[in-house]
Amino acid sequence: MTIKDMMQLKGLTLVQQEFEDATISGGYTSDLLSDVMAHAVADNVLITIQAHINTVAVAKLVGIRALLIANDREILDDMIRAAQKEKIAIFRSKMNQFELSVLVSKLLAKASC
Amino acid sequence: MVIDKSIPIKMEESTSLILDLIYRLKIKDVMSRNLVVASPEDSLDHIKTLMKQKNVTGIPIVKKDRLLGILSIDDIFKALDNGYMQELAEKHMSKKLVMLEEDMPLAFAISYFDKFKYGRFPVVDRNNLLVGMITSRDINVGLLITINKEVARMEELLAQSTPVDVHNIRKIFRIRKYDFEHAGNASNRIKKLLVERKLDPRDIRRVAVAMYEMEINITVHSEGGTLTVVIDNDHAEIIAKDSAPGIEHPELALQEGYSTANEWIKSLGFGAGMGLANIRRVSDTFDFHSALGKGTTVRAVIDFKRKKGNDNDH
Repeated sequence: MTIKDMMQLKGLTLVQQEFEDATISGGYTSDLLSDVMAHAVADNVLITIQAHINTVAVAKLVGIRALLIANDREILDDMIRAAQKEKIAIFRSKMNQFELSVLVSKLLAKASC
Repeated sequence: MVIDKSIPIKMEESTSLILDLIYRLKIKDVMSRNLVVASPEDSLDHIKTLMKQKNVTGIPIVKKDRLLGILSIDDIFKALDNGYMQELAEKHMSKKLVMLEEDMPLAFAISYFDKFKYGRFPVVDRNNLLVGMITSRDINVGLLITINKEVARMEELLAQSTPVDVHNIRKIFRIRKYDFEHAGNASNRIKKLLVERKLDPRDIRRVAVAMYEMEINITVHSEGGTLTVVIDNDHAEIIAKDSAPGIEHPELALQEGYSTANEWIKSLGFGAGMGLANIRRVSDTFDFHSALGKGTTVRAVIDFKRKKGNDNDH
């Protein structure tokens, strides 16, 4: 599964499209950045409600390729700009963290079949 | 007013940067333009009230922007002692005026403060009209702002000109309180250098985790501090140091889940009480000292030969 595959998913809006497409290794769902820092792995997508610039900094450190912002949280321009610079995709969705995790996990399972 | 207002910049002993600045800056760049003035027909009593309201100790007396004299708080004291507060400013103002022109370099003003021992000088334009006042405080503030900009520019140049030896990194990063915009910059810069060096990604990850948590700790909990990073072929040593306020219960701070962060910080996804625990988990040597009123020091050493704490990094 690649980031471009995720663009087909219903209920996701791509709000930062200047990214490098890559194969996604899995997903991590958390709103605690320390927890993300400690446990997420490279090439994951991150599902979170933390829509701010520090999420991008953590994503860059960990090697996360795409951010999925849950609950339709507002995404500020500085976050978009930082993600553009780091070529990290940002999707926004009305779904909550659980629903997004299920969605991504289904797509991952389909891709590995 | 005869107080020592001289400014201790001796031309012959100053660095070329300061000399350059005090000649490059003009008086108009630092003077205050918010003029509190009075007219020659105002009473001393009125001027006394004005001084009190505006918190100034000297007021230029002007007529149609032309400076006629200066009335200082000394003149008011004299009037109070001798009971002529109802008399007019023009009778008691000092008419022997030492003025500066707005286009003169700042160096002139500095030498005037040394030479004349006044607390302030009126500043006039080419047409001799009053445009501002300058005090030694104005000079200090103006110089500090400019020096700050110059030093920032020099640091930038220095950073660009120093060739980076990826096998021997020594860097100090300054971390500011609540500066969430830049939190993570230090870790990301070091990570980039280590990637260039082709270090084992697991070790890069350990260094990045330790540094990031330290950055966030200083940003969230301290009044600001530094992150010192020393990396050679065998290990990385990272020291986070701040001078205030320190931790009341250092033993609790090490427990996972313990946090003193406020709700605002928590809403940003920080303050989960995992920072120090994360640092300890990824490092081979971990030291932590903190005392209330004395600040906090955290030291983490990551040994590139041992492979600790990377079980989740495939």
